[in-house]
Amino acid sequence: MIETPPQPTETPVEIEIEPAPRDPRKIRWTRRRRAVAGFWRVYRSSRMGMVGLILLGFFILMALTAPLIVSPQDIGVIDPPGEPFQPPSLEFPLGTDDFGRSVLDLVIWGSRISLLVGFAATVMTMTVGAAVGIAGGYFGGRTDTVLNAFTNWFLVIPWIPLAIVLASILGQSLFNTILVIGITSWAGTARLVRADTLSVKERPYVERARALGAGNWHLVSRHILPNVMPVIWANTVLTVALAILAETTLALLGLGDVTKPSWGITIYEAFSAGALSAGLWWWLIPPGVCICLVTLSFTMCGYAMDEVLNPRIQER
Amino acid sequence: MSVLSIRDLRVTYRTKGGDVPAVRGVDLDIDRGHVLGLAGESGCGKSTIAGAILRLHPAKTAIEGQIELDGKDILALKPGQLRAVRWTGASIIFQGALHALNPVRRIGDQIVEAITVHKLAGAKEARVHTAELLEQVGLPGRRIDDYPHELSGGQKQRVMIAMALACNPSLVIADEPTTALDVMVQAQVLRLLKNLQHELGLAMLFITHDLSVLVEVADRIAIMYAGLIVEEGPAEQVFRSPEHPYTQALAGAFPAIGDTRFRHRPSGLGGDPPDPQQIPSGCPFHPRCAAAIDVCPSLDVELWEAGPQRRAACIHVAGAPTLTETAT
Repeated sequence: MIETPPQPTETPVEIEIEPAPRDPRKIRWTRRRRAVAGFWRVYRSSRMGMVGLILLGFFILMALTAPLIVSPQDIGVIDPPGEPFQPPSLEFPLGTDDFGRSVLDLVIWGSRISLLVGFAATVMTMTVGAAVGIAGGYFGGRTDTVLNAFTNWFLVIPWIPLAIVLASILGQSLFNTILVIGITSWAGTARLVRADTLSVKERPYVERARALGAGNWHLVSRHILPNVMPVIWANTVLTVALAILAETTLALLGLGDVTKPSWGITIYEAFSAGALSAGLWWWLIPPGVCICLVTLSFTMCGYAMDEVLNPRIQER
Repeated sequence: MSVLSIRDLRVTYRTKGGDVPAVRGVDLDIDRGHVLGLAGESGCGKSTIAGAILRLHPAKTAIEGQIELDGKDILALKPGQLRAVRWTGASIIFQGALHALNPVRRIGDQIVEAITVHKLAGAKEARVHTAELLEQVGLPGRRIDDYPHELSGGQKQRVMIAMALACNPSLVIADEPTTALDVMVQAQVLRLLKNLQHELGLAMLFITHDLSVLVEVADRIAIMYAGLIVEEGPAEQVFRSPEHPYTQALAGAFPAIGDTRFRHRPSGLGGDPPDPQQIPSGCPFHPRCAAAIDVCPSLDVELWEAGPQRRAACIHVAGAPTLTETAT
């Protein structure tokens, strides 16, 4: 409990106390609502951000509603709805593949898998990268030397060979694809976060907080992390794009799970069935375009968010 | 009873370029309700002492001597105990308020932080107390949810003062609290500090390079040079009639408004403070001293009596040993 400060010896001054603050939880929520509104106001002014967001919204909606549009049976290879290699028609707007599945169905269903891999791998990358980066940057010394060496090691290993080896050891499944992308991509984030942590921890307010009697956990969670967060956020959005591309690469190399028709898998199947030489463009191009658009939308959102979230580059 | 008692404090920074003795044997005492002013040029070790009281220096910095805060031996505390003493035993009003506040967190939260870190109150209670503290330093309580960038320099310094009072510390260390402020705001902040000190009966260590500021707020003044205290005494006397040539130079560097003599003869002190790694032998001030005599380069100076309640580390003061004595 707070003791009242020693009473004034002479000339007591009347301290006017503002009307008792309301319930802190209510205050916190009002603040949050206001913060989101403020974020939206600035974000909206970025044309690039808005285009990216609309595009992204479209694909996320597609992924969420896919089970309503496409029945899982239609994308199975047993009893497919059409004849193989049919060019676009009214019944199959994007034609059919070598089994006779509708390419449109595959593309719609593929958005689920591609986005899932993108988000899941990113969560992994960010968690590991931020933890390693902050730990190394904040504690310094031997911890930093070890973690930094570890990070650099992962950074210089060419990721495709590592991913191929890992994928073949772990086996082909969606979870392993996510794991492989996570393992091979956290190092860049860790470096970025470490560099930012190094600069943040030298700020006077960190020393002030230490003088306040704050412990390491408090310093990291209340002072370092919030100031490093803009870097992490902006990086997150860009990493989702990279993770989706990585998934495509792995799938194209035949390391994906063919029972989960992501966009990458569809391209892989089209490619190995000779769609390129046979001129089956309707099979190859739509998933490719989807990958391009999703990656682009994440990148555009990422840049726009960086402008809004990073208080240091915000214009006032 | 003294709140803070420092005996023979020595702080040595370990750097790649070798050891840097920043403080070389300092004694200080601050009584409850008293303000001690600590003055000197940049790099003379003032802020190093402030940091040593809360042990804020990097772990490898060597701190010797004794620091007693509220009867607790600071240098013997374990990390957990040390954290408990920080801010509740002594708090700091930092030099640059502009940078000592986290830009991405609301000022209220940062004051509440001080209270909740020490579990002195729950979040709700701490918030009420924070609003009171803000009112106490002359900021409307509704500004509790402002971000640092929404405040002016003077207001930020007021926030820092409120923060320093948050845990009712026994000692407040004001480390150049008015440095980055313009003169008008400086005066306001000083008045506020002085009033609060008076009302709350705070013990305060006031660090600055501005002697004229110290005369306003301090009861006693200690002047530092090259990691040592070279003069110490009641504030008014030290400022009006300094004994040590260094203090004379510091005091002489301030213009006396309206004094025509000063207008024609502004005085200053030539040269730079010595590099802590190459401190001159004998009296460290002798290379820059106008009153230096032959023995100064080889004389081990200490604080000699220089009048009632006054001491100075100069061969010319009344209590200094006679030259024949030192020669033997």
